[in-house]
Amino acid sequence: MTLLDVRTPVARPTTGPLVNQFEFGLDAPICLTWELTYACNLACAHCLSSSGKRDPRELTTEQCEAVIDELQRMQVFYVNIGGGEPTIRPDFWHLLQYAVDHNVGVKFSTNGVRLNPERAAFLASTDYVDVQISLDGATAEVNDYVRGPGSYDTAITALQNLQDAGFKDAKISVVVTRQNVTQLDEFKALADQYGATLRLTRLRPSGRGADVWDELHPLPEQQRVLYDWLMANGDNVLTGDSFFHLAAFGESLPGLNLCGAGRVVCLIDPIGDVYACPFAIHDNFLAGNLLADGGFKQVWQTSELFQELRSPQTSGACTSCEFFDSCRGGCMAAKFFTGLPLDGPDPECVQGYGESALAGERTIPAASQDHSRTTPGRNQPVMLTLTRREDLEAPPVSACAENPLAGFRL
Amino acid sequence: MTTLMADPMLAEAWTLSGSVALRPEPFGALAYHFGNRKLTFLKKQQLVDAVNALGDSKTVADALTRAGIPEAQWPAYVKALRGLATSDMILERKPS
Repeated sequence: MTLLDVRTPVARPTTGPLVNQFEFGLDAPICLTWELTYACNLACAHCLSSSGKRDPRELTTEQCEAVIDELQRMQVFYVNIGGGEPTIRPDFWHLLQYAVDHNVGVKFSTNGVRLNPERAAFLASTDYVDVQISLDGATAEVNDYVRGPGSYDTAITALQNLQDAGFKDAKISVVVTRQNVTQLDEFKALADQYGATLRLTRLRPSGRGADVWDELHPLPEQQRVLYDWLMANGDNVLTGDSFFHLAAFGESLPGLNLCGAGRVVCLIDPIGDVYACPFAIHDNFLAGNLLADGGFKQVWQTSELFQELRSPQTSGACTSCEFFDSCRGGCMAAKFFTGLPLDGPDPECVQGYGESALAGERTIPAASQDHSRTTPGRNQPVMLTLTRREDLEAPPVSACAENPLAGFRL
Repeated sequence: MTTLMADPMLAEAWTLSGSVALRPEPFGALAYHFGNRKLTFLKKQQLVDAVNALGDSKTVADALTRAGIPEAQWPAYVKALRGLATSDMILERKPS
């Protein structure tokens, strides 16, 4: 499989900026995401991993412990645990403790469903554990539209429980959408209210996100609003280097401003498959399986895909853009899942090259897996809004209305 | 004593924080502080050697010597060490 054009091997530089080192990859990832399960109590419209049902091949408790042992040997200092909803795995709390006991810090993302006062108290008693509560609207109306009915209340209850238990500095993790980009100040206020830190990330057209990206992704003028807001408030807000495509507006945002896929970032999925990044769960970005291919270290250090991602890449049309050094062509996953060439502009390119690319001929790649529940659950979001036709001023006139003035309008 | 010894840090005793782990990388090392969650990069192998030598050396100057760093380059390394000190990666200790 060839992702990009064949390139001649180039030796790792020995001097120069650190970002050049990162392009050539590290001995172990800095930012490792581990989706513990595809099972989820929610069915968010934009789920990156199309989660819902548990995969029967999910790693067992012992296999998960072996992964943690290996991460400890590789000195992966912390792991971002997600899902699905990781806390509904019965051994979640055990694995959390196991990781922390083995010098692997844990940051986990949850919708809050299991964060009752007892769990909150346990979390408050641990070191090296960070908690991210997902919330995609500062109001129930905006949040539940994509995350499903009741999910706002669940998240707020979890935040309240954490605060009451004395847990310090929880994170509120927000995927920025067309609907919530107007609520950035309200999100910040909400975070302040619960002694939490706000974390904003970019909506990716991955997983079920591919189905709703056209409706949810921020409009071009909203990208500018977001950029200005981040420039003004960025010091107190986390972004996971998510918005480096916005750097082409001018000043770079804090962070790497580089696609880290396979270089400093990767993802382990619930069955032990290793992908280049959390937004690229697709066969084209599958580097190997840690059970079948000799462990995580082996996959990270020797997989053909990762070797390829770590060699200098051609960036086609983008290379001649004056902002190329700022955004470096943007997000690989966003291009792939919108059917754009990987060596062209990001679909949300702020210089407008994305829009013209989207308007051209493209084929959106078929998903290579889907864990969505086959029958809708009660928590499933219904992305419909009931409205009236704007041209109707009065009830329709029935065919048998006898009044000579029926249907008459001034 | 040369004029380079003017920086008081050279005469002080320091050590790598117990909360910090160093991970070797092709360019040097990655340092992670489990307490404040800060991640820092040591961009040169000599700096890694110096940081590792801090705890067993009487002074910072001794550690730099043991890491094989020529005296002419000490100011740059002291600056790097001060940077590590601001994020609590290395801590001052009582002279042994």
